[in-house]
Amino acid sequence: MLKATNISVSYGPTQVLHGLNMTARAGTLTAIVGPNGSGKTTLMRALTGDVAFDGTIRLGETDIATAKPYDLAAQRAVLPQATPLAFPFQAVEVVRLGLRGGIETNDRLALTALSRVGLEGYANRFYQELSGGEQQRVQLARVLCQVWRPVVSGSPRWLFLDEPVSSLDIGHQLTVMHIARDFARAGGGVVAVMHDLNLSAMFAHQLVLMQAGQIIGHGAPQEVLTDAQVSRAYGCDIRTSSTPQDGGWFMLPQSAGGQDRAAVKRAG
Amino acid sequence: MMASDTAATALPFIDRRNTARRAHLVLGALLVLVSLASLAVGASGTSLWGALMKLAQGDALTLTERVVLWDIRAPRLVMGICVGSALAVSGAVMQGLFRNPLADPGILGVTSGASLGAVTIIVLGAALPAGVQTTLGAGLLPVAAFLGAWASMLLLYRVSTRAGRTSVATMLLAGIALGALFAAFSGILIFLADDMQLRELTFWSLGSLAGASWAKLSIAAPVIVLSLVLASSLGRGLNGLALGEAAAHHMGIPVERTKTIAILAVSAATGTAVAVSGGIGFIGIVVPHLLRLATGPDHRGLLINAGLLGASLLLAADMVARVVVAPAELPIGILTALLGSPVFLWILLRKRGLVDM
Repeated sequence: MLKATNISVSYGPTQVLHGLNMTARAGTLTAIVGPNGSGKTTLMRALTGDVAFDGTIRLGETDIATAKPYDLAAQRAVLPQATPLAFPFQAVEVVRLGLRGGIETNDRLALTALSRVGLEGYANRFYQELSGGEQQRVQLARVLCQVWRPVVSGSPRWLFLDEPVSSLDIGHQLTVMHIARDFARAGGGVVAVMHDLNLSAMFAHQLVLMQAGQIIGHGAPQEVLTDAQVSRAYGCDIRTSSTPQDGGWFMLPQSAGGQDRAAVKRAG
Repeated sequence: MMASDTAATALPFIDRRNTARRAHLVLGALLVLVSLASLAVGASGTSLWGALMKLAQGDALTLTERVVLWDIRAPRLVMGICVGSALAVSGAVMQGLFRNPLADPGILGVTSGASLGAVTIIVLGAALPAGVQTTLGAGLLPVAAFLGAWASMLLLYRVSTRAGRTSVATMLLAGIALGALFAAFSGILIFLADDMQLRELTFWSLGSLAGASWAKLSIAAPVIVLSLVLASSLGRGLNGLALGEAAAHHMGIPVERTKTIAILAVSAATGTAVAVSGGIGFIGIVVPHLLRLATGPDHRGLLINAGLLGASLLLAADMVARVVVAPAELPIGILTALLGSPVFLWILLRKRGLVDM
């Protein structure tokens, strides 16, 4: 289990996270959602140990503030938003870097991971010549290689994904979300920062809804994504709905009635 | 999770690690050939082959043969190997550290820092406490050059890297500014220097292996070998750093330790190389670049290949420098720049798409 207790983060004099508490269970996909600047990415960076924070974060038995990098790397892999590379790496070479980070050593895994993210036959393509979405999927393959088996000798391993689908088309968004959910179903833990509420509601078992450095909703998607909470978090009048056949949650931007949030603010 | 671990194995792909491994052999053989040639070529007509034949038959060498081969060409050969590999590996490590193919000790002022250290000792060394002078002895110059290189590396890294990200523009501008600043300090010292010191100083501005001697090597070679061994342990760390410091940390790489070792190794190798041979440019930028394009950017193979190719290239340049205007000598720095910069430009133009600045 991932357990964050009383997390505060400040950038200089500005406090951006205010004493947050959250948990994520192995075997589930937890999505962190919220408007721009609500602190989603900062929370993610605290969870992965990239920013200094007050409070405690434990991943299983490990206190992430004091753990050694290689201990953490054996337990969890992190997908960044975008990764530019200055050197002429080929796709398979980038993926293999993840292989060395974790505990897997089987070289063939790199090729398998590439085909898992839909990049079969891309092994010798130069990373710089790939599109943004393809680069992002190469990075996902690298991250998957690091924690290939979701459970190792009884303890779960974790994927932290920072906006994993933001540069992908709808088909590949679904591919990536399926990979994440399969990882969770097999016993691993997944925490993802997400922009797309529909995909989040469709795939996540648990949501963390953030606004202005606070968590204003934490639980199953249907409980968190009520009309009132979503409207409050995003500052516009949103009506949610559910699909007729299985009651899946969805939201259309049209429901905000073409209202311009910034214009409303200016007028107010 | 993913059951079909074998699904993709049927697809053929080229593993550039094999290319890098083959390159170890090819470049190793090249270095042996160039080394032999370097022993055989020189302003005097002394023949390596003739001397070897004499030795094989049990005859004694003439005094000229002994002096030319053992006291002039052999130390110069070893010095060329040390300096060439030090410069090329320093370049490769700096490029990995800054995640940028333009990083080079010469361009970013590290060489200027080392020169300032050396110039300071030549001009002001006599003012040092006697204790320091006797303890360090002939090592004083390399130590000062190392400190100069180290200071400039640290400054450069602090200035150009914020929150684990290196801005290329800041790195280049900071490097140029630091280089100019160190050169200005060196200029003040040169202005203060007397005639004897000036003669010693001109050496640094040009760069040459002509000053090679076993005495200098006894200090320089161990330091360079040690820093190259240190540097060769950085392969995995630099591979991780290529993705950025945060990603490297997430992959289990001890980022701070890798950076510290990289900065120390580059400072020691560059500082010592500058102390014994002055500022020789472009080896550090051209060699890793060529190798990356030929064998891929994996630093584990790259660092070894860079050492081998850097040594061969400098020896070859030195041979040309010795022969082309014999019995005079061209400063080798001029040659490496003459050969290096067009190659560098050509690589940039040809592979523009692959070299993301």
